[in-house]
Amino acid sequence: MSDGSVLDHHSPYETPLHRDESAIAGMWLFLASEALLFGGLFLVCLVYSQTRAGGWAEGVRHTNLTIGAVNTLILITSSAVYTLAVEAGRRGDNRGVVRAGLGAAGLGLAFLVLKGVEWGQEFSENLFPGPHFALHGPASGAAALFYSFYFLATFLHGMHMVVGIGLILWICRKARQGAFSPAWSTPVDVVGLYWSFVDLIWMLLFPLLYLIGRA
Amino acid sequence: MSESYLWQDGTLRSWLLTRDHKRIALLYLGSITAFFALGGVGAALIRLQLLEPTGTILSDATYNRMFTMHGVVMVWLFLVPSIPVTLGNFLVPLMLGARDLAFPRLNLLSWYLFVASGLLVLYGLFRGGLETGWTFYTPLSSDYSEGRVLPVVLGIFLNGFSSIATGVNFIVSIHQLRAPGMTWYRLPLMLWALYATSVIFVLATPVLGITLLLLAFERLFRVGVFDPTLGGDPLLFQQMFWFYSHPAVYIMILPGMGVVSEIVSTFCRKPVFGYRFVAWSSVSIAAIGFIVWGHHMFVAGESLYSAIVFSMFSFFVSVPSAIKVFNWLGTMHGGSIRLDAPMLYAMGFIGLFTVGGLTGLFLASLAADVHLTQTYFVVAHFHYIMVGGMVSAYFGGLHYWWPKITGRMYPEIWGRLAAALIFFGFNLTFFPQFILGFEGMPRRYATYPAQFQILNVLSSAGAGILAVAYVMPLVYFGWSLFRGARAPDNPWGATGLEWRTASPPPTENFAETPVVTTDAYDYGDLDARAGRADAGGPHHV
Repeated sequence: MSDGSVLDHHSPYETPLHRDESAIAGMWLFLASEALLFGGLFLVCLVYSQTRAGGWAEGVRHTNLTIGAVNTLILITSSAVYTLAVEAGRRGDNRGVVRAGLGAAGLGLAFLVLKGVEWGQEFSENLFPGPHFALHGPASGAAALFYSFYFLATFLHGMHMVVGIGLILWICRKARQGAFSPAWSTPVDVVGLYWSFVDLIWMLLFPLLYLIGRA
Repeated sequence: MSESYLWQDGTLRSWLLTRDHKRIALLYLGSITAFFALGGVGAALIRLQLLEPTGTILSDATYNRMFTMHGVVMVWLFLVPSIPVTLGNFLVPLMLGARDLAFPRLNLLSWYLFVASGLLVLYGLFRGGLETGWTFYTPLSSDYSEGRVLPVVLGIFLNGFSSIATGVNFIVSIHQLRAPGMTWYRLPLMLWALYATSVIFVLATPVLGITLLLLAFERLFRVGVFDPTLGGDPLLFQQMFWFYSHPAVYIMILPGMGVVSEIVSTFCRKPVFGYRFVAWSSVSIAAIGFIVWGHHMFVAGESLYSAIVFSMFSFFVSVPSAIKVFNWLGTMHGGSIRLDAPMLYAMGFIGLFTVGGLTGLFLASLAADVHLTQTYFVVAHFHYIMVGGMVSAYFGGLHYWWPKITGRMYPEIWGRLAAALIFFGFNLTFFPQFILGFEGMPRRYATYPAQFQILNVLSSAGAGILAVAYVMPLVYFGWSLFRGARAPDNPWGATGLEWRTASPPPTENFAETPVVTTDAYDYGDLDARAGRADAGGPHHV
């Protein structure tokens, strides 16, 4: 078990603080990159929601607002719970990190389970675009387009959730081994940045896929 | 001083698990050289086919797959990574006075991602290839193509993460790991160029990622995304593709500009003229490069008003490029110029890049573009930038830093000969294509009207010379590894921290962290200390 409060032999850094600042900066840059990955997706969604407004709105109306809203609450709560892990890490309270981390990961898992239920319903209602697509009429093409984006966007977000939950469990394992101390808890912070980002993406996906055009 | 990074631990395992930026640079060098050769084979077959108006060796369908292979391999598996991942990986920490990049393990991961992406692309290419061109335009790529679109597109998607990892690593390193006294305005211009490149890596690559993911999703599940018969908008694909791929053009030239700044200064024994202008022109090329993508779509149904704006921005981006060219010339003016091989490549770069840049203005002009777009004029234009410019700079940089990387001198005579041959072969290959395009020969066709044959034969002859010229460095670099003269620490008498350590450097780069007390390219000071009254330039060993 390496102790992060000292530098290992080959480190390019002068001090642990120097290294930790760089780790935070690296994660922010990665998130900037991620923002543009999802940004491209949001852009296409926005364009189609305007140019193909009728059918797009038809698709939005068929999403499950209840599950979407509950999931939104779950994910915000999960992010909030994770901030407790960050605080515990800074105090060097490894048990606190494990408790809050497991809470946040559990809520993340609940989100994925609900999302899976929602997907299951949608597949059984033939809302996945294809020859048997459920919505008919003149707007059916654009509604199918909406569901292409719905499934891809939620899949992509779901993959980020899976990665995030994995990272949080890794943090919990490190904490159980007593890795964090007031001098060093940077990984808890770095994973926190990522987890908040995954949350933030959902905050944009939720209105885009469930709300805009519903009324 | 401890042992060199090359021999400290010679096991294969120590290479494959290395975190040393210098070794990772060499792993990358091996990989991209292989891909350069593969892309070159594609180019050779294309030029063979076009010797005769009706084609010689390839069927029409195979021809389409061949130019696609050439484009995909050369753009993503050679040009985009080229200078950043080899020379950049090797030099960024050395130029900063650091022990390594900010994230050594991420650096190794980026190489593995690159290899995985390369294998995926190769799988697609060898299981039949694809005929979409390197641009993957929909609906051809999503709906009609009978080729292996999926593995290639997913390979390029993966490739993007390798680029992003390198970009993040360089940006954080340049912010965090500068040696004491190394202020931003003392950075070598290579680092300003790589910094600007990294910003594009981080901010443009993910947009290509999502675009290709959407394309793969559409093709895999036959659902509507861009396909007009399924309600999609195929032009949206072009918008998103070029939002990445135009900035990517600057990924494929900015690092070369960085290399040329280093070489010109060293071989004229003068500071780069207008240092701050050259530095900020890299940043402004990267910034303006993000808002010119629409000039690829002038005839694709873009509104006239958008087209006018994109045309205007395209003219703007030529300003910082021209600043660089004038400042390199200003650096050479009154310098004591030595025409060693790296300088020959750098001068080749300046001339060929200028031709490529000026012909770009023709294409940025709306009315002229209607005539020239989709012709060989475009092919010639971007090869002048990417091959005449970037590949020349890459070879120039390899020669310049070869003594540092390997500890051996390459044979200078052969180096100069190869540089001259590349310049000659390149012009013979691509200058006729300007004329062909202007006279109306379209690109991407396996056959052409008989009146174009003479120029096509000239072009193919040039490609033959170019092929020989590109093999030459491979041979004499290989030779120099075993028989080349031992390189001194600073064979060119250059400034820059990388020359203040051993050739090849020890694993930890510097025996102790260097302290920087002067601006970059302070040749007056260096020559005075070396007691050279005549500023006599590098000594050969």
